[in-house]
Amino acid sequence: MNNDSIEIRWHGRGGQGAITAAKIVAKAMFASGYSGVAMVPTFGTERRGAPVFTSLKVSREKIYDLSPTTRPDIVVILDHLLLEEADVTQGLKKGGLIVINTPRAVKNYRFNGSRVAVANVTELSVKAGLPQGMVNSGIIGVFAKASGIIELSALTQAIEEEFVRRKPRENALAARLCYDGTILGGRR
Amino acid sequence: MKQRDYRKKISLSETGPGDAGKTGSWRILRPVIDPQVCIPGRRNAPACYICWLYCPDGVISRTVPPGIDYQYCKGCGICAEECPTKAITMVEESSLLKE
Amino acid sequence: MQIIETGNVAAALGVKLARAQVIAAYPITPQTPLTEKLSEFIESGEMQAEYVPVESEHSALAVCIAASSAGARSFTATSANGLLYMHEQIHWAAGARLPLVMCVVNRGVGAPWTIWNDHQDSISQRDTGWIQIYANDHQQIIDSVIKAFALAEEVMIPVMVCYDGYILSHTHMPFDVPEERLVDEFLPPYLPPYSLDPADPANLNTVTMPDVRPDVRGDTAPGYMEIRYLLHKDMLEAIPAFERVEERFRSVFGRGSNPYIEPYRCEDADYIAVALGSLSYHLRDVVDTLRNEGVRAGVMSVHLYRPFPDELIARALSGCSGVVVFEKALSYGYQGALCSDIKSALYRHTGEPGGRPFVVNYILGLGGREITTPDLLDAMRSSCSPDGGSGDETRWIGLRFS
Repeated sequence: MNNDSIEIRWHGRGGQGAITAAKIVAKAMFASGYSGVAMVPTFGTERRGAPVFTSLKVSREKIYDLSPTTRPDIVVILDHLLLEEADVTQGLKKGGLIVINTPRAVKNYRFNGSRVAVANVTELSVKAGLPQGMVNSGIIGVFAKASGIIELSALTQAIEEEFVRRKPRENALAARLCYDGTILGGRR
Repeated sequence: MKQRDYRKKISLSETGPGDAGKTGSWRILRPVIDPQVCIPGRRNAPACYICWLYCPDGVISRTVPPGIDYQYCKGCGICAEECPTKAITMVEESSLLKE
Repeated sequence: MQIIETGNVAAALGVKLARAQVIAAYPITPQTPLTEKLSEFIESGEMQAEYVPVESEHSALAVCIAASSAGARSFTATSANGLLYMHEQIHWAAGARLPLVMCVVNRGVGAPWTIWNDHQDSISQRDTGWIQIYANDHQQIIDSVIKAFALAEEVMIPVMVCYDGYILSHTHMPFDVPEERLVDEFLPPYLPPYSLDPADPANLNTVTMPDVRPDVRGDTAPGYMEIRYLLHKDMLEAIPAFERVEERFRSVFGRGSNPYIEPYRCEDADYIAVALGSLSYHLRDVVDTLRNEGVRAGVMSVHLYRPFPDELIARALSGCSGVVVFEKALSYGYQGALCSDIKSALYRHTGEPGGRPFVVNYILGLGGREITTPDLLDAMRSSCSPDGGSGDETRWIGLRFS
């Protein structure tokens, strides 16, 4: 049994790239010495814009349970409006972390005992040279800053490899800008 | 796996007479070629061979004139049907026996 | 080289490394990304093969049968209703003794329509004369595809490599991609014992008489029943043959395992869970929890399902008090097929009735119904006791009636 595993649930909308973001983090975590990683997308009838989520489990040991995570340590939300549409924080462990792409200030978000990290990823990604709505590389920067479980450099390298033919430098820059633009709060 | 062993495991039927034994006795009508009418026979050269091509049992030879192996020919009559010069006649086996 | 990719990509890389020469497939969820990947490999020139687009699964397998009859290493893949649409050709490929390999990306069967995972599709093809291998993770998918070609070509029987739709096909996990050079050493080009030759024509698998017959050479050609008997006998021979393939794989790649079953904490277990595919790995976490609670539990996956290594399975289970078979398929009106097979193996290979472990059967996860660790724990807790075998033999997990 993996008691030392970290479970991260990613919530986005169809076409937003939540699965790609989780895959990038999976690859970076694997490269950083976590030999057990499993990125388990929850599939249904995906449509562009509809809420989707994927589970990422990382551990020092091989992962045997591939069922969707029900008790995440971290929840990453690629669009703050999802908070009103779905129970995205369901099952979050006590003292867990919620990472949100939002234009609103961190003080607007209060979850019982959970830490919150926000950044305006949509705006910062455009500043980095990405088209409007490309937020999956930027949110990785917020995740890195707020979680502290992996070096930003390992993530930007994985981002450049993933987007090798699709603006690799701009995507990596978006992650860096969002890392610096992360505001931490919560826990009340 | 050796071909010898493999062939025992599958159903494989090769062209040529005799895949179902000596089937000549099944015949009621016998195809008889008239070399005066048959194209290779008339020209004394290899030609036509429509009968050889159509024979489902592979019992007709590509010779001048073509020959039929009566040990295996079942007498289906396809050769007679297909022959463009009507050189093949289906003759009753019983009439041949009487001779 | 270790990479992180999906199970479908693992399968596609295995097919590429095996240097399959002809691929014919029709896309169906969740198999689609596998065949898309193969067509990309061929399009880009990374893979030298003929990709034949077809209008149905029936045609896909027909193309593979033709290609294999002509001596080409051939591959196809499908799921669920696509597999069932192939059914007639599936029997044909086995009876024709063609060494095809097919990936079955397991999905539930309609009606009602479902795209999610269970095992009803491949289990319903159990009796077609194909070898069936079930993979538990991505490493087993890529390795099994490569081994499947070696096994199929040794015994001249087609092989299905089955893996869970979505749970494995779409999950990203790390696995090792074997080196091309080593795969070439392990799996040399296919040399067919017989292949169609225009210079020496033959008619394959035509109407075969009930009795034997003399062939054109004057030899006795086998009849239908001889051909079918030899298929059965050679299926049984495939059990030791698979061990030899595994040995060779181990000597070339330096990794390998029991080719038939994968036991986990079973040595001293009082109760052993049995399952096919990724579910058996999920059950490892359940077994660990039970062990912490003082219950001596273990889990065993069945890797080779047909031919069924019955003696080995019976031996692995004979020492325990109870066997708990978890299945994502069933024979409607009776019980799960694996459960029946296990009971039959125990009946034949273990002692007196009183000395045999009890066997209970759980049906779960049909059509993608979520399988949760707490549900598995509940099932195991209620079965892992001396009277755990009493009551219903076939029990359902996760049903929700209002």
